[in-house]
Amino acid sequence: MRRAIRISDRDNVAVCLEFVKKGELINYGTDEKVTAITDIEVGHKVAITPIKRGSYIIKYGEVVGIATEDIPKGSHVHVHNVDSLRFKRR
Amino acid sequence: MYSFYGFARSNGTYGIRNHIAVIPSVICANKVAQRIAESVHGAIALPHNCGCAQAGTDRDQTFRVLTGLGMNPNVYGVLVVGLGCETISPEKLADNISKSGKPVYCITIQNERGTLKSIEKGVRVVRKLAEEASKQTRQTADVSNLVVGTECGASDWTSGLIANPSVGVAVDLIIENGGSVILSETTEFVGAEHILANRAINTEIGGKILEIVKRYEKEVVRIYENIQNGQPTPGNIVGGITTIEEKSLGAISKGGASKIVDVVEYGERITKKGLTIMNTPGYDVESVTGMVAGGSQVIVFTTGRGTPTGNPITPVIKVTGNPLTYKKMEENIDINAGKIITFSNLSIRDVGKEIFEELLSVSSGKLTKAETFGNADLAIWRVGISL
Repeated sequence: MRRAIRISDRDNVAVCLEFVKKGELINYGTDEKVTAITDIEVGHKVAITPIKRGSYIIKYGEVVGIATEDIPKGSHVHVHNVDSLRFKRR
Repeated sequence: MYSFYGFARSNGTYGIRNHIAVIPSVICANKVAQRIAESVHGAIALPHNCGCAQAGTDRDQTFRVLTGLGMNPNVYGVLVVGLGCETISPEKLADNISKSGKPVYCITIQNERGTLKSIEKGVRVVRKLAEEASKQTRQTADVSNLVVGTECGASDWTSGLIANPSVGVAVDLIIENGGSVILSETTEFVGAEHILANRAINTEIGGKILEIVKRYEKEVVRIYENIQNGQPTPGNIVGGITTIEEKSLGAISKGGASKIVDVVEYGERITKKGLTIMNTPGYDVESVTGMVAGGSQVIVFTTGRGTPTGNPITPVIKVTGNPLTYKKMEENIDINAGKIITFSNLSIRDVGKEIFEELLSVSSGKLTKAETFGNADLAIWRVGISL
């Protein structure tokens, strides 16, 4: 059962289609899987590769932000560890 | 080769509907126009709130939109109904629409001596047009004759994730087969305009994309707001959207991955094959009206929370990425892209192909859900103050 979706093959994040609990397996393709190391809400992103601080978050095959800390594979990727490259949120 | 059954027009375009449009040149003529259209099978009225006390670019834009609506290939013939003393000249409007080669007539309420005589004369004219239109049959037309508009409204977390990318696949197929597609909603480009500019066929078109976004931002400053403030919204963040780039990429994904060949102003005619950007507000009804004025015969509209909206001239195909919304509002939504969530074996590409097939069916005469209810919303984007 697919629990997340990766929009472009170039993406380093997938989007959860349902709530995922820490430790659960997330299937995001035909056989691509990642284990959640945090709880992740529906519609939220999970890192499918380790993302180093200062490197880009890729979704839709494009840069959607920059990592503000090292993001381990399986982590929730959101406002707490990503910044916009265009406008600062605050 | 993909084709549909359409109505050939004398200027080489193809309609997918065969309406008689009764167009008021001013708000004061709305009721007469509506009464005329209600009296004749196949006639539609296009009531709006413009036409007088307008100036400069605002007046010009209204004139361009009303002209474009009359010229839309889905319209067989037109009756313009004026009051007689308005800013938008009904005679000039009728004259401009008739350049498309279709039959166009014009009456004014002041000339006809009031409401009753205007309705009577209008009904006689429109009834005759409806009879003529009914004799025309559909014929095979290549997909390259389609101008498909894309729109998004009442969105949720599934819009940018499921519905818009699915529509993107469908419109890429339209373009691969020689057709035209419009990506609208300038306000939704903010934050991703650099990506759109990189997808332009040349630096001139790329520059135009950046220019319409900058112009929009300046317009919003004029009403004491900053378009960049508070983006993404708190609701977006709760839904999982992290940055403005991500939000805007979700919105523009409904335009597919093709190169951008042109940028046009609101309601301006689409002249190029491929993907054209039209400068419109994010406000869905105004944006759809602009694309219909630009010659779009069919619109694909994504909605996460569900909306019944439709357009009087152009069929609006509703697509939701949310399977629960489809279940709740099936009578208003044509395609359930949300089945990608329900069924693991389905891909965005599969649903994109289904949307492409639906585009061809609707272009050949299948009614959209919005059409079956007669949902016919129209709103013209005002760009200036009233005088």
